[in-house]
Amino acid sequence: MMSADSSGRVLHAPPSALAGVETPATVLSWLTTVDHKRIGILYGVTGFAFFLLGGLEALLIRLQLAVPNNTVVSAQAYNALFTMHGTTMIFLAIMPFNAAFFNYVVPLLIGARDVAFPRLNALSYWIFLAGGLLLNASLLAGTPPDVGWFGYANLTSRHYTPGPGVDFWLLSLQILGVSSVIAAINFIVTILNMRAPGMTMMRMPVFVWMTLVVQFLIALAFPPITVVLIFLMFDRFFGTRFYDVAAGADLHLWQHLFWIFGHPEVYILILPAFGIVSEVLPTFAKKPLFGAPVVIYSGVLIGFFGFGVWSHHMFATGLGPVADSAFSIATMLIAIPTGVKIFNWLATLWGGTIRTTTALPSPSGWSGSSPSAVSRASCTPRRPSTCSRPTATSSSLTCTTS
Amino acid sequence: MSTLAARSDYAREILHVYGIVTWVAIGIALVVGVALAWIIVRFRDRPGASRVPAQTRGHTLLEISWTIAPALVLLAIAIPTIQVIFRTQAAPPRDALEITVYGHQWWWEFRYPALQVVTANELHVPAGRPVALTLQGPDVIHSFWVPRLGGKRDVIPGRLNRLTFTAETPGEYRGQCAEFCGVSHANMGMRVIVDAPDAFARWVAAQKTELAEPAGLAAEGKAIFAGRACVGCHTIRGVSSGALGPDLTTFGSRHTLAAGLLPISVDNVAAWLKNPPALKPDAKMPALGLTDEQARAVATYLIGLK
Repeated sequence: MMSADSSGRVLHAPPSALAGVETPATVLSWLTTVDHKRIGILYGVTGFAFFLLGGLEALLIRLQLAVPNNTVVSAQAYNALFTMHGTTMIFLAIMPFNAAFFNYVVPLLIGARDVAFPRLNALSYWIFLAGGLLLNASLLAGTPPDVGWFGYANLTSRHYTPGPGVDFWLLSLQILGVSSVIAAINFIVTILNMRAPGMTMMRMPVFVWMTLVVQFLIALAFPPITVVLIFLMFDRFFGTRFYDVAAGADLHLWQHLFWIFGHPEVYILILPAFGIVSEVLPTFAKKPLFGAPVVIYSGVLIGFFGFGVWSHHMFATGLGPVADSAFSIATMLIAIPTGVKIFNWLATLWGGTIRTTTALPSPSGWSGSSPSAVSRASCTPRRPSTCSRPTATSSSLTCTTS
Repeated sequence: MSTLAARSDYAREILHVYGIVTWVAIGIALVVGVALAWIIVRFRDRPGASRVPAQTRGHTLLEISWTIAPALVLLAIAIPTIQVIFRTQAAPPRDALEITVYGHQWWWEFRYPALQVVTANELHVPAGRPVALTLQGPDVIHSFWVPRLGGKRDVIPGRLNRLTFTAETPGEYRGQCAEFCGVSHANMGMRVIVDAPDAFARWVAAQKTELAEPAGLAAEGKAIFAGRACVGCHTIRGVSSGALGPDLTTFGSRHTLAAGLLPISVDNVAAWLKNPPALKPDAKMPALGLTDEQARAVATYLIGLK
């Protein structure tokens, strides 16, 4: 419970049943907590710290790019900056921000005392922290990874990138993956089994639905990246040749399996925000969410289609016109459920009594801008250094149709 | 480098789809944005008149219609998209000029098998004739990208990728490696020089002309080149046959040095020869320990190769 401040003053006196679990806010209590709200706060605070770090990296990138041939950082440092920035923002900032909301809000929304496995939940957080610290320890070691957050093989092989930067990167991603999958299973069990009596699936708040979809995405999308990272680890440490062209490797292997993770990851990052918008707009319009079941089905469909579009990150790699067309169409299909969500949000506001307080502009800006937000997400640049890819036929499509 | 100034059939195809999609997207953004703004103003909570609005929960017909509407818009986009995907990836015509492109860390090699010409970093193609590129690479993944002439196509070791386009207008077009490929990725530029057909024929002939024996400072430069490690990596027809670095046989006919890094001049070439990694981080060519005089002699020799 967060209701006790440092002086021990209880902000609103809990009923006696809750008073028993009240713990004083000592450092030790934060280190040992298994309380979902506290873990949520830990995720939020830690994520924000990494967010500041990632922002600092972005600042250095922009300073370097402010004028041509700038000398703010060296070529090597620049490559390390965009690698660290990308990895940090995805795995150490946005995913933990989402985890903060899942942890703090989901048990409250479904009427559960906590998540199904509170200790496991704490373990997820501490593993996440360890992964984040390991990645950033590469900075202290003076050898940050510099192969891009997408880490395309075979540039990542020992031959082309001998230093330990890639090792820090791949090991910390594996550790972060363990944390995410543990948490995903925990929340799937929690949401499926611990809802209050009478809360059927279709009575569940939309945010909880989006959380559930995201947990399935995590549980299904992280295994492929785990596999390619294991291949990479074996190549780098034990002399296997998964990504050695001379031994017959096909470098599309990394790209396919990476993006089978990487594209669902886009929805792992964005669906919780869709869920939040779907809760905030009805509250501020004083109306129920318009067509709530359809908004839920749309989120489920987005998650489902999200597994069928990965090759739109590979349109320039020579898959041939049939594959390019198939993945273009699949990508366009995602625009339909996304569009439905936006129309339903507009209809939620329609006829409402809209309180235009400061809290409203963010989600309403969302309804207006999420076509572009989603499209940016769906054409997630695979190379931060050259984000605008205006020529790839298909990428311009994925960028504007979602 | 602007894709909006297309100068080939391929680039125009992409621009065509880009135009359709952009205008449709602008239309949708305007409709949604204006509707949102209007709704927020129209239905804002006015002071004193706070009311509980009608608790509408949905409207099946409306929801079906705004599921179908985006599907129709997408159909309108999907048809030209798929047409363009197939047209731009069609098999090259028989009369196409075949060129093999090798992406190296961090420079481009261009080979014209039928013409027996080899050059680097500056690709000459004739206007009005289809050019069929075969892309391959010996090291890591690169991506061939000349925005005004066509789409990106990756250069992937172990695979053969194809890119076919017909350049329209003579001129010089900049290109850039578009797949992150290591420390000097940003310095892996190229130029495509589109020549009128007769100018292209002259360029090909010039590439194959026997070189005159250099004299004076250039002769000193040649002696230094021939007596040093240079010959291990670079080919100059009749002098050396190294294969790791760019072919320098007609180095003097190019305009830029080190994959578009610097314009060719005695000063720039001499500075490069003295310490390449200082100009291009991690460049594979090492500092050769030449004195200023030696570097200027070799530079004079190389610039005379045309």
